[in-house]
Amino acid sequence: MIIKQSDVREAIARIPDGATVCVGGFGVPGTPFYLLQELVRHGAKDLTIVKNDANERGMGVDHLLKNGQVKKLIVTHIGLNANAIRMMNEAEIEVEFNPQGILAEKLRAAGAGLQGILTDVGIDTTLAEGKTIITYDGRQCIVEPPIKADFALIHAAIADQTGNVRYSATAQNFNPLMAMAADCVICEAEQVVEAGRLDADLIHTPSPFVDHVVEIAELSEEYNVIRR
Amino acid sequence: MSLDAKTRMLHRAAHELKDGMFINLGIGLPTQLVNYVDEGANVCLHSENGMSGVGPLVPYEKADRNLIDAGGGYVSRLAGSAFFDSALSFAMVRRGRLDLTVLGAFEVAMNGDLANWMIPGKFTPGIGGAIELAQKTPRVVILTTHQDKKGQSKIVRECSLPLTAKKCVNRIYTDMAVMDVLEDGLILKEIADGLSIEDVVKATAAPLQIADTIVHF
Repeated sequence: MIIKQSDVREAIARIPDGATVCVGGFGVPGTPFYLLQELVRHGAKDLTIVKNDANERGMGVDHLLKNGQVKKLIVTHIGLNANAIRMMNEAEIEVEFNPQGILAEKLRAAGAGLQGILTDVGIDTTLAEGKTIITYDGRQCIVEPPIKADFALIHAAIADQTGNVRYSATAQNFNPLMAMAADCVICEAEQVVEAGRLDADLIHTPSPFVDHVVEIAELSEEYNVIRR
Repeated sequence: MSLDAKTRMLHRAAHELKDGMFINLGIGLPTQLVNYVDEGANVCLHSENGMSGVGPLVPYEKADRNLIDAGGGYVSRLAGSAFFDSALSFAMVRRGRLDLTVLGAFEVAMNGDLANWMIPGKFTPGIGGAIELAQKTPRVVILTTHQDKKGQSKIVRECSLPLTAKKCVNRIYTDMAVMDVLEDGLILKEIADGLSIEDVVKATAAPLQIADTIVHF
């Protein structure tokens, strides 16, 4: 049995300047706020962040943006974070937008050891500009490359010490895909249990895709329900 | 748009949501259709962030912090709900498993082109799941005000904004009218109570064919 439980500082200290870091979450659910907070403290710079969204102002990824640690965002939508939009418009960061399901498939392709995917999604839009377009089986397709990352930060409801992971409700979202796409996967969990305590039939992300498991010391305010 | 006109539009468009359908409702106005579904019609709602069988919105006190819809609203689970990851969520979209999507619009062209994700220089939040929903759902209907806040028609000959998808729209519901997209353009089929055909034609920046029988809603 391989025990992967790790201290949060030791785990995040592995991330160097210039790394590509996948981050789970769609809005609040599934965002690893605890690991992100430590990444801000650690201070690695020139990061490329791959995430569905940029959270909201003052939350999650926004702390990295405000701290000047982000060079590029690879996302689908940043409409809830006015700070991210401002930084994009003022060219302080580079932003690459992907159709949501195509971002998921590009990550999955990397995670499945594939060279890319063929799709007609977005072929009539400005998002196709500059991309390789081929005719396959009589139809025009965009060649979308895989997105491979150095690190992934994911959030689990519960994990065992060997790195088997379960998510809760819509906190699953991009987390399993981010885990597949990265060379080194750091998983924060609300609860870490001994191996054997999770039903092997009910694992969402199996341990071979997880390198370090960190138990969240205390759920911060950011995990709570947002009252708008 | 008056409250009256809005309610009437929602009531009318809700008839699109038919018994047995698997449906994605876009953020904003389309989401509100849930409250107007015909009695006895059982529908299953999809949310891009990884849920089928989306239940009603819940108040903050009862919210599960891990359970939101794609618009960030706190929703509930139903008997028969399922959760899944984002790849699977869009696999079912691209595979054509949805029966219907109802989306908002900045512009809809007479050939069914849709622009609803970007206004260059003004509104650039990113694409989210809009392209896949518009391009891959068998039936795409638009629910929108007929005109924008400046009184400009959202129904146009040709979109001037960046497209979401080409020739994807089947039907348009507005506060003024119901229009279908045909091979050769738009046909006006229904108009809101109190309006005349001329009112709708004047408010529309695309040519309209007029159905033989015009229904009022």
